[in-house]
Amino acid sequence: MFKLEKRPFDSRTMAYCSPLIAFALTLFFGGVLFASLGHNPFTALHTFFILPLSDAYGLTELGMKVAPLLLCAMGLSLCFKAKIWNIGAEGQFIMGGLGGGFMALQFLDAESSWVLVPILLFGALCGLAWAALAALLKTKFNANEILTTIMLNYIALNALLWAVHGPLKDPSGFNFPESAMFANAAILPLLHEDYRLTIAIFFGLFAMVAIWTLISRSWLGFQIQVLGEDKAAARYAGFKENALIWFALLVCGALAGLAGVSEVTGPIGQLIPYISPGYGYAAIIVVFLGRMHPLGILFASMLMGLTYMGGEMVQIEMSLPKSITGLFQGMLLFFLLASDLLIGYRIAKKAPANIEAPSTNRVSA
Amino acid sequence: MDIDLITNILYATIRTGTPLILVAFGEMVCEKSGVLNLGQEGMMLMGAVIGFVAAVTTGSLFIAILMAIIAGILMSLLFGFLSITLVSNQVASGLALTIFGGGLSAFIGANYVGIGIDGIQPLAIPLLSEIPVIGKALFQQDPLVYFSFFMFALLYFVLTRTRVGLKLRAVGENPEAANSMGIHVHGVRYLAVMFGGAMAGLAGGYLSLAYTPLWSEGMTAGKGWIALALVVFASWKVGRIMLGAYLFGVASIMHLILQGTGYEISPSILAMLPYVATIAVLVLLSSNQTKAKLSAPMSLGVPYRPQL
Repeated sequence: MFKLEKRPFDSRTMAYCSPLIAFALTLFFGGVLFASLGHNPFTALHTFFILPLSDAYGLTELGMKVAPLLLCAMGLSLCFKAKIWNIGAEGQFIMGGLGGGFMALQFLDAESSWVLVPILLFGALCGLAWAALAALLKTKFNANEILTTIMLNYIALNALLWAVHGPLKDPSGFNFPESAMFANAAILPLLHEDYRLTIAIFFGLFAMVAIWTLISRSWLGFQIQVLGEDKAAARYAGFKENALIWFALLVCGALAGLAGVSEVTGPIGQLIPYISPGYGYAAIIVVFLGRMHPLGILFASMLMGLTYMGGEMVQIEMSLPKSITGLFQGMLLFFLLASDLLIGYRIAKKAPANIEAPSTNRVSA
Repeated sequence: MDIDLITNILYATIRTGTPLILVAFGEMVCEKSGVLNLGQEGMMLMGAVIGFVAAVTTGSLFIAILMAIIAGILMSLLFGFLSITLVSNQVASGLALTIFGGGLSAFIGANYVGIGIDGIQPLAIPLLSEIPVIGKALFQQDPLVYFSFFMFALLYFVLTRTRVGLKLRAVGENPEAANSMGIHVHGVRYLAVMFGGAMAGLAGGYLSLAYTPLWSEGMTAGKGWIALALVVFASWKVGRIMLGAYLFGVASIMHLILQGTGYEISPSILAMLPYVATIAVLVLLSSNQTKAKLSAPMSLGVPYRPQL
């Protein structure tokens, strides 16, 4: 039989291979799932993962999904590095969208694209404020950030619903729960007029480089890493724990807020009840899948963006429910966590029973 | 406020609190064994959708409830395998379970949105249900509400008066010591996780079969997370979970109360109340660090790997 054996050191190779194994397993079980639904697994997987990217339109649509994922995931990676379990990117995204949308509605007659500056800034600020609540609750009141950020997500969602059903509803919109369409000047510039991809993708890429530099090249980034690795060491070194928590959460909130406002002033163009297909949650998977490394996160957000497009594609082509996206995302994370075991452990042949270590060692170890 | 309104508020409070009680009981037992399962939401959603699909296809509510429980257990086994056998990070595994359950339930239930069924009907207990004011709230409910009362008594007894409860707590406080006493730590943790899954599945089934007999994507709306906060709020004590769940029940039906008294507030604002209440509760409770630490199981969230 086989048993798990602790490796003397964590395996770097396995750390990089694990996402690939997870993806392979997801493909395999995805194929099994399609087959069990009576579809040819190969055509189905082709429809899910390849077909969406077969033309320039598909590639730009992917970029459109990568932008918010990348922004949220880069912010989250900063928090997760410090072992702050911020699950609140979704709420920060929504508040960014709501705040930015509110600002955009103040400039309905705008002619100049300069109005985008206050709109984007205010959106980022709203996301930041939402994260600040979580930071306050954690540092001041010692409340578990997982639970508070989740609750803040639901509150943000209801705030958006309240706004589009009430004060921000389009007065001439036949009572639909939607705001007025934003002015053209308040819409993010497109990269190419035939496609929906906006300059938001550059925000994402810029955030990636900025956070990368921050984490790997700056004193602040070093402190954040130490805090995550060993809290006691960080305290001993005199790092200001609370200040670091505030910093990580605020940066994450601002980035997620920017993602949110870029979404409403981008492909959506107005405020509607649902502005996020779960980007904030998917970004959590992106961070884990990308090994908290900026480049890894970039690739992971492409893969995660692809799962959204694949879901839409199998809905169109094979009339399967779009929610298959969440299923694939969940599977990815599951398999990733399972194969991450091989980073710290290796599979070895079990030694014969008679030379096994005496059981008295159990307690001391 | 007239008597009828008070009666109805009490009735609705208990109904709304019941799913929270069921999940929170399951999660409490799970946490007592030292395992923090953040996947409550995913297990509930799976229980809700499987229960609903079973009710539509078989027409039997009993089978539906059973299937909801089984769905919850199967989901919890996924989590158990990751976090207990493969010693994965419990926080990440729980999140994975929630995301996976959300996706899978939406996928399974896609063709069942908008279908209505005859849900589980209230079962009035003769005589007792005729007590003024509290009779309707306590004794004119559906069987699952009575089951939550029963679970309260059972859990209280098992946790405080039996060897099983002692073993469970030993594993959660100090798995090494428990192991040296000959307790199979992984076995106990698996059972606790499965109990949590069964209760979450049942709570999901309660939502889709009794509370609002229909299926809609993400219909648990964070109840699994609220239950997690509830366990902290209750300091891992059964009685306080009951109390807390009913308090949240009141917060969730605030619109009913306000309508009765003539105030008009947007339903979206009122829908925020349970979440705001959860945060308030966390703040009140966690500010006192020593107390929070004392009541939590010592080894909560720490994977245990037996040294062979």
